[in-house]
Amino acid sequence: MTRTSSGAGLKQILDEAGMGRTIARMAAEIVERDGGEIILVGIQTRGVPLAERLARAIVASTGHSVGTGRLDITLYRDDVGPWRPAHAQPVLKETVLPPSIDGATVWLVDDVLFTGRTVRAALDTLMDYGRPRAVRLAVLVDRGHRELPVAADVVGRKVHTSRDEDVQVRLKEVDGVDGVWIGKETPNAR
Amino acid sequence: MPVEAATALSGKDLVGIAPLTPGEIQLILDTAEELLEIARRPIKKVPTLRGRTVVNLFMEPSTRTRFSFEVAEKRLSADTLNFSASGTSVSKGETLVDTARNLMAMAPDFIVMRHPNSGAPHRLAKMVSASIINAGDGINEHPTQALLDAFTMRRHRGRLEGLTVVIAGDIRHSRVARSNAFLLNKMGASVRFAAPASLMPVRAEELGVEVHHRLEPALEGADVVMMLRIQRERQGNKNFPSLREYFDFFGLTPGRLDLASPDALVMHPGPMNRGVEIDSAVADGPRSVILDQVTNGVAIRMAILYLLSGGEREPSAAS
Repeated sequence: MTRTSSGAGLKQILDEAGMGRTIARMAAEIVERDGGEIILVGIQTRGVPLAERLARAIVASTGHSVGTGRLDITLYRDDVGPWRPAHAQPVLKETVLPPSIDGATVWLVDDVLFTGRTVRAALDTLMDYGRPRAVRLAVLVDRGHRELPVAADVVGRKVHTSRDEDVQVRLKEVDGVDGVWIGKETPNAR
Repeated sequence: MPVEAATALSGKDLVGIAPLTPGEIQLILDTAEELLEIARRPIKKVPTLRGRTVVNLFMEPSTRTRFSFEVAEKRLSADTLNFSASGTSVSKGETLVDTARNLMAMAPDFIVMRHPNSGAPHRLAKMVSASIINAGDGINEHPTQALLDAFTMRRHRGRLEGLTVVIAGDIRHSRVARSNAFLLNKMGASVRFAAPASLMPVRAEELGVEVHHRLEPALEGADVVMMLRIQRERQGNKNFPSLREYFDFFGLTPGRLDLASPDALVMHPGPMNRGVEIDSAVADGPRSVILDQVTNGVAIRMAILYLLSGGEREPSAAS
């Protein structure tokens, strides 16, 4: 889970200030769409601090209290068990949601949108907890290469990548630094 | 210092606590912690083991362990098949080989196995490609029970290191006591065995435990008191004069429990003999976590099924 790269071979496409502006703009787009009556649910791991930052920005601009949660999709992945012959099982992380999500407008938040498989698993996970009125998706980076019919409602930054490139989002809460890097360093199995 | 969790289990099977490293034990406990939450959801089921088959092979009577495994399997969406040998005719060497061949013809992914012969799961593990999970073998090990006991202690006390755990009762016939001793030693807790000499295994000290032949000194300052069932079916010749006398000397009463630390936990792997090894006032008292053990057992068994379902064991490379 730790990203150990030194930065060699990686190009930075978003710095700390750029990330701050991007998140502020995403928060504004979410409010424009749904107002403040929403629940922001971060997908483990880096979606969680992103959801919290978006929630703070929305609270600051609208005064609404925004619900937050965190979702671990591991048990719903399509590559655990027999489809994952060469790896150990992913480590489980906690899922924490408001007591009820029935009838709520839920925004799923993740750092990178790639194949769409994570979002598929997140939708299945969410549905086992209740029946939201609507589910929407906000991602910091959309890097293309979808394998499922999934689209984000709010995108921080759209980048063109080749399939074997690695997109690394780093956040202070997890990695000690804010920024987005792109390049060919390690095969990405996201 | 808490033990750092391993990234994976290194074997395809769980035959006992003895082969596990402290990091592997930590991984199982950490994984169970996250799985516990599924029991509180409106839909108590996740699709993780969809399409995988688990055979529950119980060659010895069991109610709660079998139910606990079955609930765990169903919550992970596995398909389950139940085999039980009724009566007492015990299958031995050759029969076990035949049983294994027949089972493998059905291509199960897991075999959960309880067997009256110590070492039977180890033998089966070498014969078949499925993952073997030991649900109790003879007087050898009962690893999932020790894991759920440790999980219960950790949830209530926040740690295992430095705890003093008393295990009292029929230790000689108890695979639970052995597995617990292995596990607690690996995780830095200290273990005291308390039993009359007739119910204490020979050379118990070699398991790394303090041996007591009276209950009271063992209870002094203990953090956890685990009472074992007097296993009437395993008492060949009488090991004590009467059940009444056993209770008088080794039963856990409120008065004796006062010798332990004020917030000591009372545990029992079940089924309890009230008035033999434990007084009802203690079993139903505020320090009893006996029903938590049952709930936690499902999460521990789910964790083991999940961790063993990942194919080859190598450090995780994917995010």
